[in-house]
Amino acid sequence: MSDLNYDRQIDRSKMQIGSEVAIEISEMNKWYGTFHVLRDINLTVNSGERIVICGPSGSGKSTLIRCINRLEEHQAGRIVVDGTELTNDLKNIDKIRSEVGMCFQHFNLFPHLTILENCTLAPIWVRKTPKKEAIETAMHYLEKVKIPDQANKYPGQLSGGQQQRVAIARSLCMKPRIMLFDEPTSALDPEMIKEVLDTMIELAEEGMTMICVTHEMGFARQVANRVIFMDEGQIVEQNEPEEFFNNPKSERTKLFLSQILGH
Amino acid sequence: MSDQTSTSVAFVAKDTIPPSPPPGRETGIVKWLRENLFSNIPNSILTIVSLYVIFIVLKNTMPWIVNGVWTTSSLSQCREVLNGETGACFSVLTERWNQLLYGFKYPVDQYWRPNLALLLMIVAAAPVLFFDLPRKLLLFTAVYPFLAYWLIWGGSVYVPLIALLGFVAATVVFQTFGKGSFAIGFFGAIVAAFVVWMVGGALIPETASENALLSPVPSRDLGGFMLNLMLGATCVSLSLPIGIVLALGRQSDMPLIKWVCVIFIEFVRGVPLITLLFVASVMLSYFFPPESSVDLFLRVVIMITMFASAYIAEVIRGGLAALPKGQYEAADSIGLAYPQAMRLIILPQALKISIPGIVNVAVGLFKDTTLVSVISMFDLVGMIRGPILASTEWNGVYWELLGFAALLFFIVCYGISQYSQWLERRLATDHR
Repeated sequence: MSDLNYDRQIDRSKMQIGSEVAIEISEMNKWYGTFHVLRDINLTVNSGERIVICGPSGSGKSTLIRCINRLEEHQAGRIVVDGTELTNDLKNIDKIRSEVGMCFQHFNLFPHLTILENCTLAPIWVRKTPKKEAIETAMHYLEKVKIPDQANKYPGQLSGGQQQRVAIARSLCMKPRIMLFDEPTSALDPEMIKEVLDTMIELAEEGMTMICVTHEMGFARQVANRVIFMDEGQIVEQNEPEEFFNNPKSERTKLFLSQILGH
Repeated sequence: MSDQTSTSVAFVAKDTIPPSPPPGRETGIVKWLRENLFSNIPNSILTIVSLYVIFIVLKNTMPWIVNGVWTTSSLSQCREVLNGETGACFSVLTERWNQLLYGFKYPVDQYWRPNLALLLMIVAAAPVLFFDLPRKLLLFTAVYPFLAYWLIWGGSVYVPLIALLGFVAATVVFQTFGKGSFAIGFFGAIVAAFVVWMVGGALIPETASENALLSPVPSRDLGGFMLNLMLGATCVSLSLPIGIVLALGRQSDMPLIKWVCVIFIEFVRGVPLITLLFVASVMLSYFFPPESSVDLFLRVVIMITMFASAYIAEVIRGGLAALPKGQYEAADSIGLAYPQAMRLIILPQALKISIPGIVNVAVGLFKDTTLVSVISMFDLVGMIRGPILASTEWNGVYWELLGFAALLFFIVCYGISQYSQWLERRLATDHR
């Protein structure tokens, strides 16, 4: 919830929104038992878009992005990712998961593997990349997130911010087209939030398609091209960040923004 | 010490204090005694009482052990030598050691065969237990069961050879076709193995077992501690993989698989092992075709393995449940397929958590192998209760024999326990 001021200018030259559709969600509904968590979600994401989803807890924002790589199953409507529709077909699911990277609130690194093994596991086993090449790729991305020197340590030896950056590198090693972030900074100490956000900004500057569930409104203002507000399983409002923060339309959005920005 | 007073809050240290040695009574054995044995009055009393108990026990057992007689040939001779004094009659061990270790029917001139098998078992187990050893040694581990079977039972070399060839054929088929579709590879492997076994079985010459290199020894001639070790090693190594499959099956989304596993586990866990062993020795033959004679050893192995795998499945289920859900989600989100996620992410962690429980089951299983004495198999306890105590020479030598049995089991079980603790330390990666 910290409103960070970045000391460097964000390079927008590569932040181009393409014309091809990366994710298309139409009339999507989901229930947990009888509880209606997601209601008539319609969302089209073009390649290169940076979308921030915010909203009160329990509003279904995490569930929404977890539906995109089928960690949660939707019961009605369509989700098409990169031209492949998510159905019960396991082949499609595995294909989409290898194209979509995801970072979790609690990092979910594999504690029994070293940092390097965490990063090379999926390329070797899913993409069948030769081990040497996978290690080179992994070191490239670990350098990018600025922790190549920790490669042979175990996740338990790293700080939270470092672990989250490793998690980002682990996803990037699969060379995904889309990155999903599920509250990536919520479990971090304040001084570590910035290092993770910096990594995410760099990713955005390279033109990655990103969907982030986050409460970092500073990040939303500076990086997102669209902010979506969800409440009670519904998309209540979406707009460009300037307009969204300065001139919210719905009462629920106004209330939410006054609560998180008011102090 | 400093010029810090109640009136001045600001304080700056002027110089660093050099380190100095601790006071004399805070080091060495005096410190250890003070801290561990006599830290306060109740502890001091407990220490003194414990020392007294140890003294009493030793005072009464030491003469028994020190006066022990090792060279007589019957209990009555022992009594003559001891002439009314306290003393053990260890001669039963020197006289009957071969029966205690190998059973009373295993041919004496063939003892080298189980000895060699035991030695090779250590070699075969090493790469499994100590995974820093070169992986190529696992090839010997794969061959070992067939080699050990041939060494211990003897007879025609074709039997274990064809059994081995069946498994090799199954592996080859699975490697070739399993990549495309798991089901085709799996069932193809089973078919291939059976074809090899059928054809091979028909090809074995009738006379093969008569002029065999190693003379055949039937299962009923196996006995002693050797039988316990064989049952223990076979059943532990079979029940671990079966237990893993059952534990995963119990978590399956597919209702049929799930319920088969649940019913199996709950049924087997709900029945005493003795009952299962009686089923093995008496009733199981009703379920096999009349002309087939499934070996009693094999039947017992099946029953103990079933029993142990149900327990191990529950222990591993505990380990699986202890893993955070995030691990499953992370494995899914990077695109790993179910078998990969299980093999690379979930099971290594779940098994690590389950080590104490698995070792508990393994130790319990090893000791439970003595229950086969109830269905008149002459394992170590069966030998003691049967042929040795029933003989006129040694009738009445309980302490020495059962103490020896306890010692043998303790050595093996303590070894297993020490190994598991080493393994836990070796695998600890989270808090380094």
